[in-house]
Amino acid sequence: MDLQTVWFVAVAVLWTGFLLLEGFDFGVAALLPVIGRKPADRHLMLRSIGPLWDGNEVWLITAVGAVFAAFPGWYATWLPALYLPFVLVLFGLIIRAVAFEWRHSHHTAQWDSTWTNVIVTGSLIAALGVGAALGGTTLGLPIDGDGVRVGGAFAGVTWSALLGGVAVLAYSIVHGAVFLALKTEGPVRLAARAFARRWSLVAAVPLLAWAGLVQLREGTAVTAVLWLVAALAVLVAWASIRLDREGPAFTAWAVVMLASAATIFGAVYPVVVVSSIDPAFDVTIAEASVSDYTLTVMTWAAGFGLPVVLGYQAWTYWVFRKRLTADPETPQTATEEQVHA
Amino acid sequence: MDVLDVARWQFGITTVYHFMMVPLTIGLGILLVVMHTMWVRTGKPEWLRMTRFWGRIYLINFVLGVATGLVQEFQFGLAWSEYSRFVGDVFGSLLALEALLAFFLESTFLGLWIFGWGRIPKKVHLAALWAAVIGSIVSAYFIIAANSWMQHPVGVVTDDATGRPEQVDFLAVLTNNTALAAFSHAIVGALMVAAALLVGIGLWHLRKRRLAGLSPEDVDHEVWRRSVRIGGWASLIAFVLVAVTGDYQAKLMYQQQPLKMSSAEALCESEAPAPFSVFAFGKLGSNECDDVHSWTVPALLSFLAHGDFSSEVPGVNELQEEYAAAYGATYPDDPSFGDKAGEPIDYAPLLAVTYWNFRLMIGMGMVSAGVGAYALWATRRGRVPTSRIGVYGSLLAVGAPFVANASGWIFTEMGRQPFVVYPNPDVPREDQVYFFTAQAVSPGISAAEVWTSLIALTVVYGALAVVELWLIVNFVRRGVTTSDGSPTPGHTPDGDPDADVTPGSASTRRPDDDDVLSFAY
Repeated sequence: MDLQTVWFVAVAVLWTGFLLLEGFDFGVAALLPVIGRKPADRHLMLRSIGPLWDGNEVWLITAVGAVFAAFPGWYATWLPALYLPFVLVLFGLIIRAVAFEWRHSHHTAQWDSTWTNVIVTGSLIAALGVGAALGGTTLGLPIDGDGVRVGGAFAGVTWSALLGGVAVLAYSIVHGAVFLALKTEGPVRLAARAFARRWSLVAAVPLLAWAGLVQLREGTAVTAVLWLVAALAVLVAWASIRLDREGPAFTAWAVVMLASAATIFGAVYPVVVVSSIDPAFDVTIAEASVSDYTLTVMTWAAGFGLPVVLGYQAWTYWVFRKRLTADPETPQTATEEQVHA
Repeated sequence: MDVLDVARWQFGITTVYHFMMVPLTIGLGILLVVMHTMWVRTGKPEWLRMTRFWGRIYLINFVLGVATGLVQEFQFGLAWSEYSRFVGDVFGSLLALEALLAFFLESTFLGLWIFGWGRIPKKVHLAALWAAVIGSIVSAYFIIAANSWMQHPVGVVTDDATGRPEQVDFLAVLTNNTALAAFSHAIVGALMVAAALLVGIGLWHLRKRRLAGLSPEDVDHEVWRRSVRIGGWASLIAFVLVAVTGDYQAKLMYQQQPLKMSSAEALCESEAPAPFSVFAFGKLGSNECDDVHSWTVPALLSFLAHGDFSSEVPGVNELQEEYAAAYGATYPDDPSFGDKAGEPIDYAPLLAVTYWNFRLMIGMGMVSAGVGAYALWATRRGRVPTSRIGVYGSLLAVGAPFVANASGWIFTEMGRQPFVVYPNPDVPREDQVYFFTAQAVSPGISAAEVWTSLIALTVVYGALAVVELWLIVNFVRRGVTTSDGSPTPGHTPDGDPDADVTPGSASTRRPDDDDVLSFAY
């Protein structure tokens, strides 16, 4: 494999990691008004993602950084083509991040509900927006031969972008529900389970549609198999959640995203920005890439850095592996594990 | 205004704003590591309370830095796509490495630190804070290396096919002397920000407790006193280091970007020895150097630039001519230069901006060091200052190093105009890599789009600044005690900080209700 392909795979892995990890915290946030009826429940839901969301978000920063680093031609075509939609995503991510931290920095009911709403709104915008951006770049953006957007500020917001947005949002919401069923105890767990049971089949449809479209246009036999794996994983996830087997359900639902993303990126390869005007204007990895020297340097850095990152991130997931309960009588910081030296 | 001007304003506003949070995160992180380490080593309750109190402020501020940092990573592509294409071979990899090697470390371990109180072994918990703070310092290095490459491009040759720089020596990019100078200057500058905060808030609390007749024997008194002492010393030491690193940086700048320094000094004609301008008057705004006159100290500028009192320092007028001869008197008549195509190039940065920001930076740094010295003097041998002017002045002066940091960056970024990538004078002219700001902006976007994002971001940032300040002020006023006035957790040296909360306080309500020491939610 040449280095450009290696980095195409690396970027795809980073985006997939982001969609998988930030996906469940987007989902948990979006479910706050649905499942978190009581303050204690909402508090529990936020605690379940509290130690993790910021680390998850770095997957997005790294994915965008890697796009810039390996394929500046992709970065410089994709972002300005969706200028205002990306600004909206940033807006969502900003208000969401501060809301997580600031929500518990002051204590009145009004303050609580305001920042809860901000978390919900920000997460919905961000999930929709990132999905739309990925839908756009893999299904088609109106760019000309110079990689410049044609047709005004909202020309990039096409039906394919909307499909990507809905796909990521719907997937994330069910992902969040399965995560809550796995991570919590009590009424939140039951409500999350019921939600996942009802919605998992429907929520997978837009994602499978998006992957299927890319597959129909550019796919190979391998990506066709991947798409079937994704579809099968939906059924496994749905069956597992019906049997109240939360661990397998979470794994299968994760496979849905892994296989869908592999289908999408695998099928669209070697194109990084699809032009909806003329296939001749598609931006490929060869046109968008940096020099082999820079790719070599980054391959070394990532080769050493990424396993370490994965190691310590996995370790923090392990540290916070316990199921959480919403019991106001037991301050969670003190009772769970008194392993203090 | 055309797209270029709006996009520049947007970059300036969002970046200066982001850099309000960043130095506080870096500086306070370093001091927080000291406090937490001291608690783990000594088990004394005042160190625990200091860690928890300053840690809370650290977190309120940290998250806004993270949130506004997101915009930074996207806006090179959004509004500056031609720049991104041009510098892609060098610049993007530094951002990606920053994310991979620093941001993951920072956010993962900070999450562990916030939620790890009482859950993981004490020393592992301390190590988590170390890792997070090291992450923030490493991130500063990568982003400053990226910026310094724009100021002084090294490690590249021009790719003949594309006309863009091609990286040939990554190590040279990482060890760029401009980066080493700017990084050390920025880190000690960040320390001054945190030091001023400790001094201002600590003095205010000490005075308040004294006026309320509270005992100087208890733990909280020690918390504030120690904060002031640490802040005062950190402020003085950091100021000395700021001066040393700044002097080194200025000497480098005279070699690498002489126009920036000469315009910061309003030195119109080359002089030997060159005088240092203390105060300029005349029409500084006209950007015609000869309209400006200064009160000067003879020969001092020669010393600052070259370390002796006789060397010649080139003036703005002469340098302008040199640059025009080397890089053209007018912009190429090419559509990629937008409205600037075919227009004459002014190689001098805006004199008023560079001149006054340079002085504001130095002046505010001095104010901050002065306050640090005052605080140490006023609290010597257990004293508590009651002077209203002294204490409130110190509280007001918390803002001084923020202003110094911001004006320093405005100076260095505005000072490299009209280039976004400045030609490196150590390289033969035909091999030089450079890029004008006028050709960097995204070609496909309209001024209306950039106006929309500029206004939206400015409004959101403004609102967030109000909330952040309100939260911090509120939190600071409450101080370190719990709401019922009883001493806060941690009186048993080895105790779990949350397990031994005073009966009747935290145990009867939600864990974080009113307990100003709570971190996790």
